[in-house]
Amino acid sequence: MSIFVDQNTRVVYQGLTGSAGRYYGLLNRDYGTQVVAGTHPRKAGSDVDGIPVFATVGDAVEATGADASCIFVPAPGVPGAVLEAAEGGVRFIVVITEGVPMHDEARTFAHLQRHHPEVRLLGPNCPGVISPGLCNIGITAGHIARPGGPVGIVSRSGTLTYQALHELKEKGIGCTTCVGIGGDPVPGTNFIDCLAAFEEDPETEAVMLIGEIGGSAEEEAAEFIAEHLSKPVVAYIAGMTAPPGKKMGHAGAIVSGGRGTAAAKVEALHAAGVRVGSNPTEAGEIMAEVVAGL
Amino acid sequence: MDLLEHQGKEFFASYGLPTSPGEVALTADEAVAAAERIGYPVVVKAQVHVGGRGKAGGIKLATDAGEVRRAAGAILGLDIRGHVVRRLWVEKAADIAEEYYAGFTLDRSARRHLGMLSAQGGVDIEEVAATAPEAIARIHIDPTEGLTPEACRRWVTEARLNPAVTDQAVELLDELYRAYVDGDADLVEINPLIVTGDGRLAVLDAKVTLDDNATFRHPGYAAYDETVERDEREQEAHARGLQYVGLDGTVGVIANGAGLAMATVDIVAEAGGTPANFLDIGGGANADLMSAALEVVDGDPAVRSIFINVFGGITKGEEVARGIVEALRRVDISSPIIMRLDGTNAAEGREILQPHLSDSLRLAPDMVEAARMAVTAAAAGDPACCAEPTCCEEPQS
Repeated sequence: MSIFVDQNTRVVYQGLTGSAGRYYGLLNRDYGTQVVAGTHPRKAGSDVDGIPVFATVGDAVEATGADASCIFVPAPGVPGAVLEAAEGGVRFIVVITEGVPMHDEARTFAHLQRHHPEVRLLGPNCPGVISPGLCNIGITAGHIARPGGPVGIVSRSGTLTYQALHELKEKGIGCTTCVGIGGDPVPGTNFIDCLAAFEEDPETEAVMLIGEIGGSAEEEAAEFIAEHLSKPVVAYIAGMTAPPGKKMGHAGAIVSGGRGTAAAKVEALHAAGVRVGSNPTEAGEIMAEVVAGL
Repeated sequence: MDLLEHQGKEFFASYGLPTSPGEVALTADEAVAAAERIGYPVVVKAQVHVGGRGKAGGIKLATDAGEVRRAAGAILGLDIRGHVVRRLWVEKAADIAEEYYAGFTLDRSARRHLGMLSAQGGVDIEEVAATAPEAIARIHIDPTEGLTPEACRRWVTEARLNPAVTDQAVELLDELYRAYVDGDADLVEINPLIVTGDGRLAVLDAKVTLDDNATFRHPGYAAYDETVERDEREQEAHARGLQYVGLDGTVGVIANGAGLAMATVDIVAEAGGTPANFLDIGGGANADLMSAALEVVDGDPAVRSIFINVFGGITKGEEVARGIVEALRRVDISSPIIMRLDGTNAAEGREILQPHLSDSLRLAPDMVEAARMAVTAAAAGDPACCAEPTCCEEPQS
């Protein structure tokens, strides 16, 4: 089992004809993902290495039964692409594109909540989602993940997600699903959404949470874990030594007005019974102990 | 991107908000000339990207040319919490009857906009929030709906502003919300928002953070970037398109990905060292990026060792290794480099690096060990570490 995506997920790539869309779309297909369509307003009827291109997501859904979308279009086009996907009938939308303005993210998320509550958005500015061995949507290198579980991973950072998959694979531990929620201010899917889904998933027996400075998503996750999670959670928080007022790469990764510090997040997680590694390797070691004790 | 006060006021004025007339001055002479045009009394204000200017002596009232000259002389060159004042804003002094606070930002937990309004302005709003949270009226705004006049009026009533200014406040908050949304700001804040002696609302101070991601809609914002204060290292890195944040230690850090770069900085500190910087070279690690990153990090005179932490995902280990070898051929690096390479085809990458390894380029088995090696190398290269003159020679690359 897995969350959000599995071997039956059929994906349309918005931006498949662009260089990044083509590159990752074909890599995802090589991994085994059902990459069933691409879209381009003026290239309907053509194909990308055998993958048919349609004018709109609606057309692609009708012709191929696509139920998920992966978006690689440039940032200014992202809000339109997300709405097109939702109106076209897909239930799961992954936005890889970075650099989307905060107000566009906030408007798009609110619009989906109001008009398409059944649709799940992941991203923008995220590496995507992989259920190892079943489905890989986005830019994660599939072979660094070991299939099977019992660990589910949710992360705000791309490379630290890879690091976590790597640490677990080194120790012979598999992953049910690994979700990169991205480091932007308005993530379509947040920690709590993923924790709730992992709690429901019978094959996920433990959860690895990777957070970073800025905002209070980790504190809210801690509260949720204390109240709703029966499965053990191991965490790592990046940015212990980050100076206040500086954006550490991600738009959302900033300590401001004394809020959003890594120390406060670690404390909240500890209070919720979560074991926190002081670096990614230590978090991997703790997870190995937890898995051994399951 | 944070705006200076006067830029924030110009930004607000373009959305119709009431601001006082003023001018920028870079010298005492310019300040006097500005004051003569504006008319006395004036307030001379330091323009720096940091709060607490009043307490630091960066804001002074002046009633004639002599006072303006003295005020400007005292403020220019003043160091306010690490920010040296090079620019002044000379503004017509306002007659203040009451001081409020108004602001909009994103509530990330609620994934909606948050408006905050308080009759207790002119002080640090974080402090008000901590000591008297009930003094701040909050409103959540659905971005698809916007701030409706009805909701805004209820909000103003709840904040207990002087009832005489309710209509003005509703209008001003509508303009402020439009500035926040249409202007693509991450944060807009008026503190204080004042009521003048004759009962008018006016913007006395402006704090605005614009969204760097939205500049494609606002070509004019490029001008604001010119006044963003960066230290020399940050300026150099910014010019080369690198995500760099200067810190004050001795171990230079280069990593691929923001999260990994943050983790690398942390792990250096955990190993007992002091990170010199945060630098994210992004997903790829080609020779161009790597040379630029190495030059920026090595250009920092405090750096004694460099820790390159790369996890190959889609980017393969051999590409990363070739990028580093090529970068080291192009640029001369004075500090020893400790490299950690894992992920896709890491073994192939390590093999490529093997013939190039020396005291100036060493390969670590993992991230934790790499941090230890980098910290040890930095200590060895630190002139303060020992008395033996030969011990402290910089390693040759």
